[in-house]
Amino acid sequence: MSRLLENPSTRILAPLALGIVFLAVWQAICVALAVPVYLVPKPTAIAETLRDDWPLLWSSLLITLKITFLAFALAVVLGVAAAFLFVQSRLMEVSLFPYAIILQVTPIVAIAPLIIIWVKNPTFAMVICATLVALFPIISNTILGLRSVNPSLLNLFRLNSATRWQVLRRLRVPSALPYFFGGLRISSGLALIGAVVAEFVAGTGGTSSGLAYQILQAGFQLNIPRLFAALALITLAGIVLFSAMAALSKWALGGWHESEMN
Amino acid sequence: MKTAPVSPTEGSRDPGLHAMVEHPEVGNVVLAARAVEKTYPNGTQALEEVSLDIRRGEFVSLLGPSGCGKSTLLKMFAGLEQPSSGTIRLSEQSSVARERSIAMVFQEATLMPWTSVAENVRLPLELAGMPRRESQARIDEALELVGLAQFAKCYPRELSGGMQMRASIARALVVRPSVLLMDEPFGALDEFTRNRLDGDLHDLWEQRGFTVVFVTHSIYEAVFLSSRVVVMAARPGRVIADVPIDAPAHRDDGYRVSPPFIDRCRILSEHLVRANHGARQV
Repeated sequence: MSRLLENPSTRILAPLALGIVFLAVWQAICVALAVPVYLVPKPTAIAETLRDDWPLLWSSLLITLKITFLAFALAVVLGVAAAFLFVQSRLMEVSLFPYAIILQVTPIVAIAPLIIIWVKNPTFAMVICATLVALFPIISNTILGLRSVNPSLLNLFRLNSATRWQVLRRLRVPSALPYFFGGLRISSGLALIGAVVAEFVAGTGGTSSGLAYQILQAGFQLNIPRLFAALALITLAGIVLFSAMAALSKWALGGWHESEMN
Repeated sequence: MKTAPVSPTEGSRDPGLHAMVEHPEVGNVVLAARAVEKTYPNGTQALEEVSLDIRRGEFVSLLGPSGCGKSTLLKMFAGLEQPSSGTIRLSEQSSVARERSIAMVFQEATLMPWTSVAENVRLPLELAGMPRRESQARIDEALELVGLAQFAKCYPRELSGGMQMRASIARALVVRPSVLLMDEPFGALDEFTRNRLDGDLHDLWEQRGFTVVFVTHSIYEAVFLSSRVVVMAARPGRVIADVPIDAPAHRDDGYRVSPPFIDRCRILSEHLVRANHGARQV
C-alpha cells in the first residue's frame, strides 16, 4: 500500500479511478431507475451537451475565467500591499485589521447589487466583487508570514545593524513565502467562487455572459444537462487553478521548505 | 591656597578600567559591565549587580545553571538587550572601517533555510554593503576556517547539526570580529561532535587571537576552552567566582584527561554546588 503511494502517478490515477467509478454508478442508477433527464441527467447526457454546446460554454468559461484572473491578480496585489502596510506598525494593524475582517464577513451576495449599481462597467463591477471575496486570505496569511520570523535571525540582522528595508527584503519576505503561497491556494478558489456569485447577481445577458449566467438560463429553461455541464466546467476550472497554485508553491519552496519536501 | 580635586573624581569613577592600564601585558578591556542589573517587567531579577571586564584576547566562559542570566549578559554585550541599571561599555578597537568589532553565534545555527551556506555566510557582509566581488574571498576564507569549503553550495537542511553550527560560526568569522560572543552554541549537539567543535574553536581562537565570551552550562567545556571562567548563580543572577584557567596554551584530547583539567573542573564544580546549595535554602 505504501509502495503504491510512493508512485507519483498514483496521485493522479487514484482520484481519477474513483471519479470513473462514481460516474459509472451514477449512470447505472439513472438507467436502472429511468430518472427523467430534467431531474438528474445521465453523465453521458452531460457529456453530449458539453460536446454540442461547446462553443457557447467555452466562450462563457473564458468570460468567467477572465473575471477570476483579474480579481485574483487584484487580490494578490492589494492583499500583499495591505499586509506590508499592516506590519509597518502595530497601531496601523490594530486600527485597520477589524475593517479587513468586516470585508471578509460581509456576504458578497448582499453587497454585490450595490457594487453593480455603483460601477458602470459590468466586468469591472464583477471583478470588484470577486476581489472582495479573494482578498482576505492573502492579507491574513501574508501578515502571519511577515511576522513569523526566527527571533534569533532577527537578532542577527539587528546585530549587523540592518536597515528596516534589509530586514524586510532579506528576512521577512522569504520567511513569509510559505504562508503567502498557502493564502494563494485558498484565494484562487475564492476568486472563482466570487466571480460566479457576481455573475449570478449581475445576470448580464447577451454576448458577455459567463458560466453562472448559463447555469441560471439553463435552470429557467429546465435544460438540466447544460446546467450540469456548466457546473462541471466551473469545477474543472477550480481544480486546475488549485493545481497551478500548488505547482507554483512547489517551484518556489521546493528547495527549502518542509511543506514541499518529498 | 586650595587645590580643587578635579582629576581624582574623574579617575576613581572607573577603577577597573584604570587598573588595566597598569598591566600592559594583559590586553585592554574590550567589554566592561559595571553594576549591571536586569529586572524584567514581571519582577524577575535576571541579573543583580554584575561587574565584569573582558580583556582583549581572553577566552571567557560564563558558566552557570539555567536562569543565572548568562545569556542575558551576553545579549547586553551584543547590544541586543539593555540593562535596567548600570552600564555596558564596548571599546571600539577596529581600525579598518569595514571590520565589525562584534559577532555573535546563537544557541541554534539560525541559518536562513531558503539560501545556500555561502549566501548565509555572506549575509553580514551584504548587510554592511560590501560588493559581491569583494566578499567572495572572505566567504571562502571563513568556510575554509571551519572546514566547510566543500559545502558552500549546500542548503542548510542538507547539513548535519554540527556542520550547521560550523556554518553559523563561519558567518560570525566572516566579519573578522575582534569580539566573538557565543551563546551555548554547542548545547544541542552530541558529546562527540561537541568535543570536536570545542577543539576546533580553541584552535581558531589560538590562530586568530580574537576575544571570545562563551556562554555554557558545561563545566568540562568551560575548562577545556577558556582562559578564564566566570561562575554565575541563579535567583538572582549574579557572579559568584572568577577563575583563571592557566593550563597549557595548546589543548587537545590529552588535556581532557590530565590532572590539571580535572582539578579545574573540581574547583568550578565546588563553586556551582555551593551556589546551588544557597539557592535551595531559599
